[in-house]
Amino acid sequence: MAQRTRYKRGYNFAFLDESSKKELRRAMLKAVAIPGYQVPFASRELPLAQGWGTGGLQLTMALIGPEDILKVIDQGSDDVVNAVNIRKLLVQTTGVATTEDTQRATLIQTRHRIPEEPLCSWQILVFQVPYPEPLRLVEPSEAKTREMHAEADYSRLWVHLYEDIVRWGEITIGAQYPVMVNGRYLMDPSPIPRWDIPRLHMADHLNLFGAGREKRIYAVPPYTKVEPLEFEDYPFRVEDFRGKSCAACGSTSTFLDELLEETTGKRTYTCSDTSYCAKKRAARD
Amino acid sequence: MAQPEKEGNAVSKEQGPVLQVRGLGKFYGEACPHCINSTGPAWESNICPACGTIVACAEISFALMAGSVLGVVGESGSGKSTLVQCLYFDLAPSTGEAFLGSYVGGKKNIFAASAQEKRLMRNKLMGMVYQNPQQGLNLDFSAGGNIAEKLLMAGCFHVGRIRARAGALLEKTEVPLKRLDHLPRFFSGGMQQRVQIAKALANNPGLVFLDEVTTGLDVSVQAKVLDLIRSLQRELALTIIAVSHDLGVIRLLTDYTLVMKNGRIVEQGLTDQILSDPQHPYTQLLVSSLL
Ligand SMILES: Nc1ncnc2c1ncn2[C@@H]1O[C@H](COP(=O)(O)OP(=O)(O)OP(=O)(O)O)[C@@H](O)[C@H]1O
Ligand SMILES: [Mg+2]
Ligand SMILES: [Zn+2]
Repeated sequence: MAQRTRYKRGYNFAFLDESSKKELRRAMLKAVAIPGYQVPFASRELPLAQGWGTGGLQLTMALIGPEDILKVIDQGSDDVVNAVNIRKLLVQTTGVATTEDTQRATLIQTRHRIPEEPLCSWQILVFQVPYPEPLRLVEPSEAKTREMHAEADYSRLWVHLYEDIVRWGEITIGAQYPVMVNGRYLMDPSPIPRWDIPRLHMADHLNLFGAGREKRIYAVPPYTKVEPLEFEDYPFRVEDFRGKSCAACGSTSTFLDELLEETTGKRTYTCSDTSYCAKKRAARD
Repeated sequence: MAQPEKEGNAVSKEQGPVLQVRGLGKFYGEACPHCINSTGPAWESNICPACGTIVACAEISFALMAGSVLGVVGESGSGKSTLVQCLYFDLAPSTGEAFLGSYVGGKKNIFAASAQEKRLMRNKLMGMVYQNPQQGLNLDFSAGGNIAEKLLMAGCFHVGRIRARAGALLEKTEVPLKRLDHLPRFFSGGMQQRVQIAKALANNPGLVFLDEVTTGLDVSVQAKVLDLIRSLQRELALTIIAVSHDLGVIRLLTDYTLVMKNGRIVEQGLTDQILSDPQHPYTQLLVSSLL
């Protein structure tokens, strides 16, 4: 077997030892077998502070092979410090090729976004998850939330949404919108915007979610139903960007970040997915 | 879901009992072969002398017809709450079977149902009013939210319809409509019980349990809540099991009565008959203290 030597000596390939990776893979297989169900796993120490995506990172480390092409994003951007650090660590310990192009990547680790371009069946999307439990909002006890999942008893969250509508005229949850997976388990899709929720539904690709601090893994396998909680008379809606477009590429069909120009007080919008935006600009120029 | 528009339930008496209970028992402890034979009224105790198991209730059998009200009376610790909480699936019974006319035509033991089926029965076919409103209401949700919970779990996911139904129920239970979106935490005891009753009736249940509904209330409020229950029972032809240690409440509300002592039924029959001609010495004692 051809040995790659580009990665740092003194570490196993992808940092984690093989037995840890095996355990993680077993947990991932279980998560895939029971869509939306939170599988506990033994979270490892990593040279990265918890809260910086150690859950997602461990999944990526257990999945990555020498031939993978890696993309790491944070809130849609390849260049922010969290994404850069994680990418650096993975490259140093694996020597894999990286890309910013969503369509070329085989393995994508993300925080808070799904890339705009649709993913294919050979791609895996790994999410960094801060809080895996969608019922925590209404029930502080872990033992109780587990029981509620076991019995598919989600009444408490439903009442919470009802009260939200009564009080505010709408469901006020923005990011991290609770979804039913495969008609069985309630799931926290991590703090992605509502915009991204429909793109989990019946997707071609595998979605894996890792929460390092809370030691939970869950999955939305390809072609799985993902349905946001909604009322017949208050249907789920994604963020509304009607009348707005990206100041850089002109896109009217992407999730936009709002920028406030300090001097003029003018609001402008740009694509949150920076590599997609760059691609569109390049194609235009 | 159960149609919220339709009031009452149209189960006729020809269809057999709404509820049939056979040999229900609830033990706390290891249980041994002596538990049954060495506890009960004859022993003046519900604790098995051989193994220390608490026989909270045992050998409970009765049937309940549509539209009738069954009273369960007995001293503190006699097993009244245990009985209704087993039937409402709050507690898992140790022995016995129960059959609901509205579940698989009364042909399947409800205790053998899956957790999901039990939750469905509980939400759609039953209602419960607890002595302590904290047990029956989530005090962090509004009155409407508490009623919504029952409707949501019966499959109504329409805010407009939920609010219309909750409003109608509050009106029926004489809670001012403006309280719909208020937290019951700040309601009076009587008002909290009315919200519990509204919640219990949300899906037109075939069977309603009332566990000491009026016990915590002032005497004047007690009378009003009892009046409300009587008029709702008549209007909606409710089938009710009402638990009380107060024979006065039993006389006012019920058609039939079970008298319990030390976890057993010592006497059962028509309430009028039990009151005028009590057979068991314990019942005689209860009745004489009422007069
Ligand atoms: N979790 C438990 N563990 C042990 N014993 C219990 C438990 N719950 C109830 N018991 C016992 O079971 C018996 C029946 O209790 P239950 O609450 O049904 O009585 P009750 O008739 O409703 O009394 P009250 O009128 O005071 O409400 C009592 O002796 C009680 O102490
Ligand atoms: Mg009691
Ligand atoms: Zn753009």
